[in-house]
Amino acid sequence: MSEPRLVEVRRNVLKQNDVIARSLREQFRAAGVFVVSLVSSPGSGKTMLLEKILTLSQPRYRVAALVGDLATENDAARLARSKAPVKQITTGTVCHLEAAMVQNALQGWDLNQLDFLFIENVGNLVCPSSYDLGENLRLVLMSVTEGEDKPLKYPTIFNSADVAVITKNELAEVVEFDWPAARKSIESVRPGMQIFRLSAKTGEGMNEYLDFLAQQLSEHRATMHAESKA
Amino acid sequence: MHELSIAMGIVEAATDEAQRRGVRVSAVHLRLGALSGVVKDALLFSYEVACQDTPLAGSTLIVEDVPVIVFCALCQEQRLLTSVQSFCCPECRTPTMDIRQGKELEVFALEVEE
Repeated sequence: MSEPRLVEVRRNVLKQNDVIARSLREQFRAAGVFVVSLVSSPGSGKTMLLEKILTLSQPRYRVAALVGDLATENDAARLARSKAPVKQITTGTVCHLEAAMVQNALQGWDLNQLDFLFIENVGNLVCPSSYDLGENLRLVLMSVTEGEDKPLKYPTIFNSADVAVITKNELAEVVEFDWPAARKSIESVRPGMQIFRLSAKTGEGMNEYLDFLAQQLSEHRATMHAESKA
Repeated sequence: MHELSIAMGIVEAATDEAQRRGVRVSAVHLRLGALSGVVKDALLFSYEVACQDTPLAGSTLIVEDVPVIVFCALCQEQRLLTSVQSFCCPECRTPTMDIRQGKELEVFALEVEE
């Protein structure tokens, strides 16, 4: 038998996911829908924030959501109270969403009828960072009860996200949340990251946040318009 | 823990390359970026499981750690990041998010036997 030899292959392991994510991004673009994904650890308040976003942004905007969990349809039921179209993705034992799951869940949906699509990932600060879902904006949430150094413990997910949202701000005082320390942690792993502080429960900071989303949508559409003319 | 599905992806990619070339794989060389979101030990453990009952059974996974390289706008130089907890130039401390390397998750080469 001959000696082993080395052959160069250079294959991206996540190529399949990336290919689907690219096609999703193209599909979203063609439909003019702005897609926002939400990642955080379990219990940071993704569903609560999303419920408020869906409720408050209608009827001005046409919104919908996909929500990922290992099991149960509970979150979809909660979000459906907003009357927006919602679909649960149950992943079974899989700890993150993949582009193919999003693609399957969207079958039968007319994306042209939407301004915003929200994708709530499975509660997990590790695995979702590797998977592109074709989203335009990735939000990472961190509640005031979690500890200000969370970004330093999970730098990859903070690094892969575009915007940070500090949630449950109504509890900040009780838990002696150290805002400068939290900001410093985020700034350290993701320099220049835009950060929102809000309470979905009391509504504090929600208007600023919704204005930000509206601005993102109009900028996105202006870019698309300019590109289609060019 | 998503390393098992990543390991299965590695096995799939390597099997595919091996079949196209008509060779048997004894080792897979993987480039793993510090920002790939994948834990090396968990991946090595999962690899063995993922190889079972495939043409790659018994093969070895050799992982090359790829550190993060950023570009510093002030120094106009590429710099090796000393810690993923601190995205700034190790020389002048200027914050930077211009990542040039470190997200790799790539089957780079195969050790094969004809």
